Amino acid sequence: MSIGWYLAVSAIVFSLGAFGVITRRNPLVLLLCLELMLNGGNLALIAFSRMWGNGDGQILALIVMTVAACEVCIGLGMIVAIHRRRLPVDVDELRELQG
Amino acid sequence: MSTTTYGWLVLAFPLAGMLATGLGFRVLPGRSAGWLGTLAIFLSFLAAIGALLSLQHHGPEHRQLVSSLWNYASTAGIDAQLSILVDPLSVFMILTVTGVSTLIHLYSISYMEGDEGFVRYFSYLNFFVFSMLLLVLAGNFLLLIVGWAFVGAASYLLISFWYRRTTATRAGIKAFVINVVGDVGLVLGTYFIFKHTHTLDLLRSFHAAGAGAFGHGSNAAATGDGDLTAGCILLLVGAFAKSAQIPLHTWLPDAMEGPTPVSSLIHAATMVTAGVYLIARMHPLFELAPAARDVGAIVGALTLFVAGTIGLAQTDIKRVIAYSTMSQIGYMIMGVSVGAYAAGLFHLMTHAFFKALLFMAAGSIIGAMGGEQSLNRMGGFRRAMPFTYGCFIIGGLALSGIPPFSGFFSKDEILLVTGEEGGWHWALYVIGYIGAFLTAIYTFRMIFRAFHGEPVPEARELEAGHLHHAEHPSNPATGELEDTGVGFPGPIHAIAERALPMRIAMGLLALGAVGAGLVQIPKVDFVIDDFLRPSFAGSKLYEPHTKNGLLAFGLILGTVIGLAGIALAYRVWVARPGTAESIRNRVRPLYELFVNKWYFDELIDALVVRPVALAGDFARDVFERRVIDETIVGGTTGIVRAGSAAVRAVQSGFVRYYAALLLVGVAGTGFYFLLQS
Repeated sequence: MSIGWYLAVSAIVFSLGAFGVITRRNPLVLLLCLELMLNGGNLALIAFSRMWGNGDGQILALIVMTVAACEVCIGLGMIVAIHRRRLPVDVDELRELQG
Repeated sequence: MSTTTYGWLVLAFPLAGMLATGLGFRVLPGRSAGWLGTLAIFLSFLAAIGALLSLQHHGPEHRQLVSSLWNYASTAGIDAQLSILVDPLSVFMILTVTGVSTLIHLYSISYMEGDEGFVRYFSYLNFFVFSMLLLVLAGNFLLLIVGWAFVGAASYLLISFWYRRTTATRAGIKAFVINVVGDVGLVLGTYFIFKHTHTLDLLRSFHAAGAGAFGHGSNAAATGDGDLTAGCILLLVGAFAKSAQIPLHTWLPDAMEGPTPVSSLIHAATMVTAGVYLIARMHPLFELAPAARDVGAIVGALTLFVAGTIGLAQTDIKRVIAYSTMSQIGYMIMGVSVGAYAAGLFHLMTHAFFKALLFMAAGSIIGAMGGEQSLNRMGGFRRAMPFTYGCFIIGGLALSGIPPFSGFFSKDEILLVTGEEGGWHWALYVIGYIGAFLTAIYTFRMIFRAFHGEPVPEARELEAGHLHHAEHPSNPATGELEDTGVGFPGPIHAIAERALPMRIAMGLLALGAVGAGLVQIPKVDFVIDDFLRPSFAGSKLYEPHTKNGLLAFGLILGTVIGLAGIALAYRVWVARPGTAESIRNRVRPLYELFVNKWYFDELIDALVVRPVALAGDFARDVFERRVIDETIVGGTTGIVRAGSAAVRAVQSGFVRYYAALLLVGVAGTGFYFLLQS
């Protein structure tokens, strides 16, 4: 199977995730779509690893997963804290860091 | 000691005196500062005599000696040393300056007693003498300009000596500003001359001019000769400002706000003669620029006439003498401009004696009046103040040119040389004698009004033995009330009859006023002529061809005019008291013109002061506010502010917006690299 198919799938997953990040308002769904983007990237990495026949891409994919896990912890923690303070859980409303 | 060492000593003593009094003002007790200052100038006078005696040891061709201490300014093109030029002309000037200054310092010890600024006064006065000597002894243009500027500064300091008087400070500023106009002329003139002679040294500059640095006769480079004339006229501007000639004369009457000894020293005997000295010193340049000499002669003649007419109408006694000074300096300027160098300088010396004497006597009678200076309030002091009266008479006779007093010989010599020039100089000759007639009239008008007639209350008090004191000291010009603390005149008023230093100073000056003429009696002795000849060795105009007929005519005419003026003054102000009033009423427009000083102040106000003030207002309202503040500064900040507002709009706080920007940017970069490969 040529590698192009795998890269196409990766691109589709990544784009869907990107579209979700731009469009959705709920931060939880935003994080979900962010994870989609990361996984799309992972897919591409694995495909390339298979193409070159060495394990570099796989190792990088594992690292990316670790980072994604940490980031999700923090992100979920923030969302819970926002909910506890009774702030609207909506990225459009949370914009005090403006210039 | 060599001659030039004496020259340096002449400069060193007043400088030391100034530093000692200036720095020691807290520790010097009582009047010791006055004696210290007088001693400094007296030592300078002795050094000047030493210079004179040792100068005469040299042969006549070797009497122009230059001595340098160190390099003053040596850069590309300019090589100026700290050098002095000791020659007969400078020795003549330093003798006059130090001699009269010593006597004025002596007089001041009594006059300024009780003034809180006593020590400061003597420090300033020593500074002035130092500056004047520096000016006169300077061996190059640079030091001349330095001395010139210093005397202007000293004049400002001394005119505004009683600095809490607004009239005094304003007069000081006026004097300084007009002097600066002269300084600009002096410096620019120096530049024009330096451009062709390429040296700032005086003797070398004159040598270069004589050797043709400015071009010869018919094949003169057109700019060379024009530059010389321009340079000389600019030097004249400097001379006119310093010597109070028209149109830069308006500061001199106002300068009478300073203490009377200051008026005597600076504005009669020494500083205002600096212009005369300048023209005499620069004579090699002026002789190559006849146009400049003509300008000098005409302005001198004009000034002597106008100042004479104004003196007829003034009521402040010091201002009468100030206008008299202006008039006499007009004679001197006219004299050195037509080539009568020895005569002009001789008049400078005799004028220093009798004018300083007149001012000192005026100070005495002002003291008797308790600070009042107006002639309208004075009268009949003859019996109360015989010594002062005698000094006034001697000074007045010398000023009016009555033989055998000194003024007669010097003034008539100037007019003789002017007449001998021929051509249109006859007009100047006539103006000179009209001026002499006016001089006699206003001088004796002043004397008769102050000393003859009914004694005023102050005179009666003095006859009874009590010196008048005003209960509330006030400004003599405006009547504002003052106190006698620092910055105002002190409570003690001195008169000559009671103060020995004043009598000694005035007595010595009176001797000078009487006897100084004997050194230059026409056809009998030529002491001044012979003495000054080495300084004017290259001059074609120095030796006048004296027509004996004109000489005799001039001497007799001068005497007759002087006596006629005195007689007229006697008739108008003593014999028939109401005459002055009736004359004034008959020629009212003329009187108004004279009393308002020919409206020169108003003219300068309209021509110079108003336009400058308007330009300043324009600069502030239109240029500064509209162009700079609003357009340039405001515009720049406006652009920056708009730009940053545009950039700030990007930071909206929307997380999705940021994410979108991120993706667009990444996609764009990716496409760019894809398309590139």
